Amino acid sequence: MTVRKNQAQLTADEKRRFVNALLALKRNGQYDSFVTTHNAFIMSDTDNGDRVGHRSPSFLPWHRRFLIQFERALQSVDPSVALPYWDWTADRTTVSSLWAADFLGGTGRARDGQVMDGPFAAASGGWTVNVRVDGRTFLRRALGSGGRQLPTKAEVESVLAMPAYDAPPWNSSSDGFRNHLEGWRGVNLHNRVHVWVGGQMATGVSPNDPVFWLHHAFIDRLWSEWQRRHPDSPYLPAAGTPHVVDLRDTMRPWNDVTPADMLDHRPYYTYDTAA
Amino acid sequence: MSGITRRKALGVAAGGAAGLVAAGAAHAAVQQAEPPAHGAQGATAAPGSFDEVYKGRRIQGGRTHDGGHGGGHHGGHGAGYTVRIDGEELHVMRNADGTWISVINHYEPQATPKALARAAVTELQGAALVPLALG
Repeated sequence: MTVRKNQAQLTADEKRRFVNALLALKRNGQYDSFVTTHNAFIMSDTDNGDRVGHRSPSFLPWHRRFLIQFERALQSVDPSVALPYWDWTADRTTVSSLWAADFLGGTGRARDGQVMDGPFAAASGGWTVNVRVDGRTFLRRALGSGGRQLPTKAEVESVLAMPAYDAPPWNSSSDGFRNHLEGWRGVNLHNRVHVWVGGQMATGVSPNDPVFWLHHAFIDRLWSEWQRRHPDSPYLPAAGTPHVVDLRDTMRPWNDVTPADMLDHRPYYTYDTAA
Repeated sequence: MSGITRRKALGVAAGGAAGLVAAGAAHAAVQQAEPPAHGAQGATAAPGSFDEVYKGRRIQGGRTHDGGHGGGHHGGHGAGYTVRIDGEELHVMRNADGTWISVINHYEPQATPKALARAAVTELQGAALVPLALG
């Protein structure tokens, strides 16, 4: 059974295996196909048109399925690997072990944002950014630039307290848990973390930075925590909503999985500690 | 172009180094002159066009009748509004509240397409945009 652990608790061997599996997927081309898929949805999900991966109720089940698919790809390289999660309410500085050279490497240099250490630095030769929106082929970051702050525990708590999963018009202007977690409204959790990391993480091709998976694994865990606190609050909308994935509608690009199939993570993975 | 008119009004020479400094200083004033394109009713009509040199790069924006993306893409994400950096189209999208994002600054909404174009120039640090590839 796959157990997702807090990245701060990983052993040196677990970090090494995770990094090596990422590098192997990069080499065989599978990694970039995930970046391509994400960017296609980022660019096509719109507030007034079809929306599946983002700015819509299916933001959470879509990313859950996306992460499961990615995790299985990692496990095809090394069956011992599971996706770790990054609790950015706790590990909120650039000196967190997450950003050490034996794991993801640190922030980018001032001149061009280029990450200079760790396994994903351009100099390592194993992490060329191929699926890109501009000419730069090296991984970039600007951790906490402009004095930005990661969300706090209290801000997360305020969002977890929201009883309704989502609300009309089911987009970036909605009230409710999903949109406040996604960050288009209110204290801004998920979106703000993308901006705090900077570099490719702030763009449509954000999965180019491996921290994408650790960020979304934590967002996914927060969804589980919200379900635990609000056992009587269902996924919404239930049925018949134009442009939006209802509870039993299938989700692109897989077309064989619905939000209903994704509500319980336990058939796919568990957590190191109760969510 | 309204941008040129504004530059003249502000006494800024387009493209010159001194002009760029002045443009930076005038930025707040320009933004004041451009209230966010949303109000009590949410998104309103598309904003006006602009054409200026920002940090040494030409940024342009304006209404298009083909929905943007060279007419080959039917998303209408920018509500018929196209932004270009040095002639290359920047994929933009309008949020329901009237704010804007682009593929370069996807998770941080900006009040206007011009602010979005400027944010993209800052982020690009001189790099060229890759032509839109809509898989």
